[in-house]
Amino acid sequence: MSSPVVHAHGAPQGFIRRYIFSLDHKVIGIQYYFLALFSVFLGMSLSVLMRFHMVYPDAKVSLFEKLWPTGAAGGIMTPELYLSLMTMHGTIMVFFVLTTAPQSGFGNYFLPIQIGAEDMAFPVLNMLSFWTTLLALVVMVSAFFVQGGAPLSGWTAYPPLSAVGPLSGPGEGMGQTLWVISIAIFCGASLMGAINFIATTIDLRARGMSMMRLPLTVWSWFVTAILGLLGFAVLLAAGVLLLLDRMAGTSFFLPAGLVVNDQILNHKGGSPLLWQHLFWFFGHPEVYIAILPGMGLASQLLATFSRKPIFGYRAMVYAILGIGFLGFFVWGHHMFMSGMNPYSAMAFSILTMSIGVPSAIKTFNWIGTLWGGRIRFTTAMLFALGFVSLFVSGGISGIFLGQPALDLYFHDTYFVVGHFHMIMGVAAIFGMFGGTFYWFPKMFGRMMNETLGKIHFYLTFLGVYAIFTPMHFLGIAGNPRRYADFTNFEFMNNLMPVHKFMTHAAIFTAVVQLIFVFNLFWSMRKGAKAPVNPWDSTTLEWTVSSPPPFDNFAGKHPVVNHGAYEYSVPGAAKDYIMQSDPA
Amino acid sequence: MAGSTTADIIGGRGAPPAPRDFGGGDGDSGGRGASRRASITGLLVLLAASVMFFAAFTSAFFVRRGMSNDWVDTPLPHILWVNTGVLVASSLALELARRALRAGRRAAFNRFWTGATILGALFLCGQYLAWRQLNDAGIYLATNPSSSFFFLLTCVHAVHLVGGISALGYIDVQALLLRLGPSKRTAVDVSAYFWHFLDAIWIYLMVLFFFWG
Repeated sequence: MSSPVVHAHGAPQGFIRRYIFSLDHKVIGIQYYFLALFSVFLGMSLSVLMRFHMVYPDAKVSLFEKLWPTGAAGGIMTPELYLSLMTMHGTIMVFFVLTTAPQSGFGNYFLPIQIGAEDMAFPVLNMLSFWTTLLALVVMVSAFFVQGGAPLSGWTAYPPLSAVGPLSGPGEGMGQTLWVISIAIFCGASLMGAINFIATTIDLRARGMSMMRLPLTVWSWFVTAILGLLGFAVLLAAGVLLLLDRMAGTSFFLPAGLVVNDQILNHKGGSPLLWQHLFWFFGHPEVYIAILPGMGLASQLLATFSRKPIFGYRAMVYAILGIGFLGFFVWGHHMFMSGMNPYSAMAFSILTMSIGVPSAIKTFNWIGTLWGGRIRFTTAMLFALGFVSLFVSGGISGIFLGQPALDLYFHDTYFVVGHFHMIMGVAAIFGMFGGTFYWFPKMFGRMMNETLGKIHFYLTFLGVYAIFTPMHFLGIAGNPRRYADFTNFEFMNNLMPVHKFMTHAAIFTAVVQLIFVFNLFWSMRKGAKAPVNPWDSTTLEWTVSSPPPFDNFAGKHPVVNHGAYEYSVPGAAKDYIMQSDPA
Repeated sequence: MAGSTTADIIGGRGAPPAPRDFGGGDGDSGGRGASRRASITGLLVLLAASVMFFAAFTSAFFVRRGMSNDWVDTPLPHILWVNTGVLVASSLALELARRALRAGRRAAFNRFWTGATILGALFLCGQYLAWRQLNDAGIYLATNPSSSFFFLLTCVHAVHLVGGISALGYIDVQALLLRLGPSKRTAVDVSAYFWHFLDAIWIYLMVLFFFWG
């Protein structure tokens, strides 16, 4: 028989083919990562501006005037400008950070390697999906610079406000149109990405990599891709309808007799509720698109750094599938306030509560994994523990909001803001931090600084709890959300010190993130050289050099003989068995 | 067998099947690109997204129709029946082409495939005529919700069809230039399945328009 089958592929040599229009899933993953990094700082800056305005509404800031000559004439932010910042903060964070970094960034880089493939199934499609995402971001950000500025209608873009055009406020003209177009482009990009993730996971696994040997990260990317596939297709359809209402005079979402700014609009018969149904049919699975990759990563990190197999691997897989499946039947719980048949509300409520079961399975299994482990408190592990903490804290308030009777009270208050920021925002972002510290050595061939990492973790952990815990109390006290300024309401006077505290905590937390950025870029150049497997991990990416060769396995075909989390196996020579170790 | 390694035995394309309990991967990542299986999976996934896309419009269609009193059924232009026939014929021609290809009759393949592509283009022209006929009767996109959905759904279908025709045209050019090697058989099959799917969607839309207008 001939020599081993080796068909290593040479990497493309030109700079443009190699780093710009690259077909390599690893480069594309890094491109997505940096796109999300840019977006998260943009989104965070907007939130700091909003928090500042909320507690110092009368402060004259010349920077505001420079940035928004009409929206902040005289240096004082108008309520409309505040709403546009809120809209852009939400949109950028949800789409270009939470959807992009954990799934498209880490997923692109590590899914093929973890399943033993050379690349994604469709590399050209992969490249296209990144560049379309970038285009969507450019279109979205450009909304700041057009006449009227960015849109006001929130990341959920509820009609009629989002559908009636410039009549309803600055930003509702060109800005809102660009918003819809950007989201439509983003849907296209996400669909391309989902096709790649699903086909790659199903068809390109290495020999021996059965579904029940997949790392839980791969399982979560796979299920997330299915959610994205089904959800973004519906959002795209909704976006097309909204665009037609805005530009072609149709009446899908606009009812008859609508009077805006003293003008009767020439629409009739449409239903704003129709948009809400279509939007949330996407919107709720979107929450899981943001959090599932973090769950997979938390599982990976907790097992690795506890030196124990993940507790209940199969249960974890079924829980991921259960969360993904149930996620498509609960969209109505976002609409209890919109007017809903009480029987429908009850059905949506019961289904919503039932998601607590797989979520609890995951949480208990994470704790079970930690139990009796020899825990290594690396920065990545700290962020994974932080993820679990935030997931529990944010999840418990979800039980309150899932009940129509309570939601009617809480819905338009800061309780909701606190809830979704904890579970969907910072929990997911802790997942990204954990992933960064864990995979950075593989991606860039150098270690990140652990001391800086730990300082960053503890300060951020304190910071996010300081920002978002008080929001729940404010909500219970009846503090409405989406308001630009609370100083005119007498009942709010006693709550303003809490707002001030949160604003200071937000500024503090934002500044602390500079430690991370410094660590990231400093470590890329000056970090200690990373060995092949710095964490004594078991999955396939830790069998190849750091960073991996162009075709991932240098022409070899990995063979998988073990499950993903064989730590501390009795009788084994080391305290871990790599997936590709001989049987 | 001298010099053979594990990678040798189970790495290549001619590898023995994996033991049952391993299920899963077959060790063949198929090079830097799409293997046949991945292409077909990719197509099925794309079709699932497409189904969701049309399902979303359909649910909007029924909600909008059921809740308002301004719905006026759009009269279906007669040419739509001709178009339907043309599209079904193009699907049949594609199947005849694929059968010819399997039998190695390349000239027949070229004939049928070219015919199918032309019929597809004819369908699009027919759709344009249908839109013109409605416009001539004073019915436009924003006239009433029924016409909004008619123009929207036919347009969205046509956009899909442009993609399909591009695929058919690409394969036709490859075939006519004698470049349709075995590696492109997957492209032939995938394009044909996609085309049949568009055919099925069109028939579904006709049923929707015919009964619920």
